[in-house]
Amino acid sequence: MSADQIRQVVMKILCRIAPDNDLTALKDEVPFREQMELDSMDFLDIVMELRKLYRVQIPEEDYGFLNTMASTVQYLIPKLQTATA
Amino acid sequence: MYDTIIIGAGLSGLAAGIRLAYYERPVCIVEKHTTIGGLNSFYRLRKRDHDVGLHAVTNYAKPGTKTGPLSKLLRQLRLRWEDFDLTPQCGSSVAFPGITLRFTNEFAFFEQQVAEMFPSQIDGFRRLVSQIQQHDELNLANRESSAREIVSREITDPLLVDMIFCPLMFYGSPTAHDMDFTQFVIMFKAIFLEGFARPHEGVRLIMRKMIQQYRKFGGELRLRSGVKRILSNGGKVTGVELESGEVLEAKHVVSSAGSAETMRMCDVPPPEQEPYQPGAVSFVETIFSLDVMPSDLGHNETIIFYNDNERFVYDAPTEPIDLRSGIICSPNNFQYDKPLDEGRVRITALANPDYWMNLPQDEYVAEKDAWTNRIVESALRFMPDFRSHVIDTDAFTPRTITKFTSHFNGAVYGAPHKIRTGTTHLDNLFLCGTDQGFLGIIGSMLSGITIANLHLLKPTSA
Repeated sequence: MSADQIRQVVMKILCRIAPDNDLTALKDEVPFREQMELDSMDFLDIVMELRKLYRVQIPEEDYGFLNTMASTVQYLIPKLQTATA
Repeated sequence: MYDTIIIGAGLSGLAAGIRLAYYERPVCIVEKHTTIGGLNSFYRLRKRDHDVGLHAVTNYAKPGTKTGPLSKLLRQLRLRWEDFDLTPQCGSSVAFPGITLRFTNEFAFFEQQVAEMFPSQIDGFRRLVSQIQQHDELNLANRESSAREIVSREITDPLLVDMIFCPLMFYGSPTAHDMDFTQFVIMFKAIFLEGFARPHEGVRLIMRKMIQQYRKFGGELRLRSGVKRILSNGGKVTGVELESGEVLEAKHVVSSAGSAETMRMCDVPPPEQEPYQPGAVSFVETIFSLDVMPSDLGHNETIIFYNDNERFVYDAPTEPIDLRSGIICSPNNFQYDKPLDEGRVRITALANPDYWMNLPQDEYVAEKDAWTNRIVESALRFMPDFRSHVIDTDAFTPRTITKFTSHFNGAVYGAPHKIRTGTTHLDNLFLCGTDQGFLGIIGSMLSGITIANLHLLKPTSA
């Protein structure tokens, strides 16, 4: 999966867990928490959705990589390189 | 072999089940009763639909609100705002001798009422509200502390203290006289800061959406399947044995049956019984169907919490029912687009569980009728006389609640000591629901979600 495709996947997940947020203006370099109302339950959902969709395992110590869209995509590239969108 | 068996198909069990099923865990909810609902249930009697438990959904928020318990829970369950069809209340009140405090879903209105009626207390009241807003009631590490002590530091007039406690205790306190501060904060936010709403169809709609969602994600439900024993081996849960003798194996068991009730099912009892004392606060509720709408009689309030004793006493009464205080709820008085089919008034009062449990069957019905009349007479001091318009009456007691929910003493708010982390003496046996301690309809669902997330879904614990 390309970086672009991964970004699409993360967007799809964000839509699912926070449908009341407007994501069209999401800035990739700014932390999710500063742009959306996300709490720890929602971050757990991002991890769980990735696992459900692509069987990606994200250990708790790596949650910090899910801070912004850019860092999330970077973190997922090696994990999703063989996956198909 | 299931990943998880959930005991009880009430709101907390269903919410936990939806989370697990959504993430593809093989999950089965076992329910003793013939239908779902638990403490927030429904029944049909003489061609009329009735709700049990739910007067109003608390924690109301306008559709699209991004924060708060309701929004959190809808996101977690992948439900939409319109699924629960929540219609805001018309306005409620706390009525004490010579003084009435009104409140709506706009907190500023309540604050203004306090400022008008208790001018000397308003500064303290505002400090208390700010303390409540800063308190994280969902933090599972909160320690128990006396809410009366904390509230009395800011509010010195005992009348105002009682008037604030009255609705919060009536709608959620398992303890007499005082509440744990975290429980107080949950209820204060739920009732005063967020407010009341109701689906036009009542609790049925909420239950239906929950079970549909659970089934859609692949969850399994077994009704008429009471659990006889929770089975364990070497301190680890292995499954449950049903009353039929059938054994279901599971890696985890989540019980919403209540803490004492769950401990009694364990094949290996906990080393200490003391943290698992059942509650003793219960109610009698009377339900009247009318040939007019309550508003035709001049009754427009959604809920009235009344008390005419000098101090508000919240405890199991020595009498069969405490006639000094109670709750009047009219499900008609919400801002619906179209009116309900029929006028309804529900009046609820504190009851003595032992009295109602131990009455011989032949006296039980007569006593229920006699006390129904006394409850109405008592409530009529706070509302118009509707008695000539009654076309049907029903009532339920602590005995009814125990019969249908298996909660000891008909204790609708469960045990006085909450087990917030949901852990027990057995690995992989967890508690959710009333005795985990998130209160109210929305709280009960958040309880199931929280326990499922924390102990079953979080990757490190998988």
